[in-house]
Amino acid sequence: MFAPIQAEFACALLDPDRPVPQGLRAYTSQRPTRRFAVYRNNVVAGLVNALRAKFPATMRIVGDDFFAAMARVFVMTRPPRTRILHTYGDDLGDFIEEFAPAAELPYLADVARLEAVRTRAYHAADAESLPAAAFSAVDPHTIGSLRVTLHPSLGIVRSRHPVVTIWMMNAGEVEFGPVNENEREDALVLRPGMQVAVRKLPAGGAAFLLALASGATLAEAASCAATDDPDFDLTANLAGMILSGAMTACTPAEGSMP
Amino acid sequence: MQNDLSMMRRVTSLPQAAGIGFKPQHFDDLLATDQPIGFIEVHAENYMGAGGPPHAMLSALHERFALSVHGVAMSIGSMQPLDRDHLACLKILCDRHQPESVSEHLAWSSHGDVYLNDLLPLPYTEETLEQVIAHVDQVQTALDREILLENPSTYLQFADSTIPEAQFLSEIARRTGCGLLLDVNNVFVQARNHGTSPEGYLSDFPLARVKQIHLAGHDVQSDETGAPLLIDAHGSPVAAAVWRLYERVITVTGPLPTLIEWDNDVPDFATLADEARAAGRILARAPQRQAASHVRPDPG
Repeated sequence: MFAPIQAEFACALLDPDRPVPQGLRAYTSQRPTRRFAVYRNNVVAGLVNALRAKFPATMRIVGDDFFAAMARVFVMTRPPRTRILHTYGDDLGDFIEEFAPAAELPYLADVARLEAVRTRAYHAADAESLPAAAFSAVDPHTIGSLRVTLHPSLGIVRSRHPVVTIWMMNAGEVEFGPVNENEREDALVLRPGMQVAVRKLPAGGAAFLLALASGATLAEAASCAATDDPDFDLTANLAGMILSGAMTACTPAEGSMP
Repeated sequence: MQNDLSMMRRVTSLPQAAGIGFKPQHFDDLLATDQPIGFIEVHAENYMGAGGPPHAMLSALHERFALSVHGVAMSIGSMQPLDRDHLACLKILCDRHQPESVSEHLAWSSHGDVYLNDLLPLPYTEETLEQVIAHVDQVQTALDREILLENPSTYLQFADSTIPEAQFLSEIARRTGCGLLLDVNNVFVQARNHGTSPEGYLSDFPLARVKQIHLAGHDVQSDETGAPLLIDAHGSPVAAAVWRLYERVITVTGPLPTLIEWDNDVPDFATLADEARAAGRILARAPQRQAASHVRPDPG
């Protein structure tokens, strides 16, 4: 019966304190510890490398050694529940928030969240963005009742830290410079074509987009956004959404929308 | 009616040329000039997202090169049921890109809902044979096509094993109608690791079932007794001994689609192309196999 050996094998891979499973052998030894260690190392090192590839800016902030040590703990405690590794580590940000050795970098969790959202955008469904001309025909008096469909790649990260600026510096997109760790930034991640773009959202922009994503009309979403941040500017936000290709469809409220 | 059904099933149709494992950083190189390459191979799981650059690149490359989709996560050697969602994802990928070949491994890589991301070994017994045959059947039925099953590189063995690996693979191929993917580096690695001879393994291997070859580099370590322990690392050039073994195989089989795998410390494209050229030279010297119907003319 292989099933119980397989179960023991699987558990021992992720737990270095467990003994080498019974029933294994090598021509050189009845207790192939070093050989079993190859599998242990393959599993952990392979998953750590997958996280390295997905979180390059997070790694740059803490350095390769710290990142590898942190990723090993993540791998051991949260092994993949997916066979599609580009979705593995979507919860690394939540893990970092609880990871005591990283406590002195309060923005690190949000940088990891931003990188996970970037990978999601990279693999998201393709869709044509709505051209600006689609809005020129809309009656200004009824525009508030429109509902929009956001691009499938669109993702938002809200942060109590300057997450976009820190990510850009560590992704090599801007020069390193002084940052105020307590300055809030919300990130918009979008891939209207083949390039994933990361932008800093204007005041209330995140609340506006999140409301639209949950099915609110433009007027309802604008009201949410103004509550979130009194500096919210509807015209500027709409223009930004159109220019960045954030929407794929708009539907009048009178239609058959629920 | 089983014969009729299996005849309708799509079969593997890669060109009898060298190919390389595709890495996104080589996309422009691949499309830039004439390449010594007849096909590319990708890991299925890297293309299971909904869209974006991965699929766009694959579509563009497939216009020029044949495509092999190589799965690493089906866990065909697991005693647990196959993951139906994962099988459905593979089906979607195959429907979308219509690859010339689909392959998987004689190994397991998951347990419960945990994905272990490595090709793990199994004992070769009547029990595991029936399980693997059922899984290969299930995959081929779901995809409505022949798949190729790859021989593994292993670092240890099971006390319970009763069937030699080559015979185990032969029986799977005979019972399921699947083809085999012969990884010559894996043959070399497992023979060294188990104190046996790669030539002996190959003499028992059902070479007539082989529809694709893999070549890759390995690392050399040792176990606690000082015996050689070769690691299938895919991070270096193909070893000279593996090239020689490959040439012996091709001399018997005639030309076969031959993939250069290089997944870690990936080199520049020119280095990969040189490895592909080396395989191409051996393919060009090989005697033609009589049964082969679409063999390229021998440039020599």
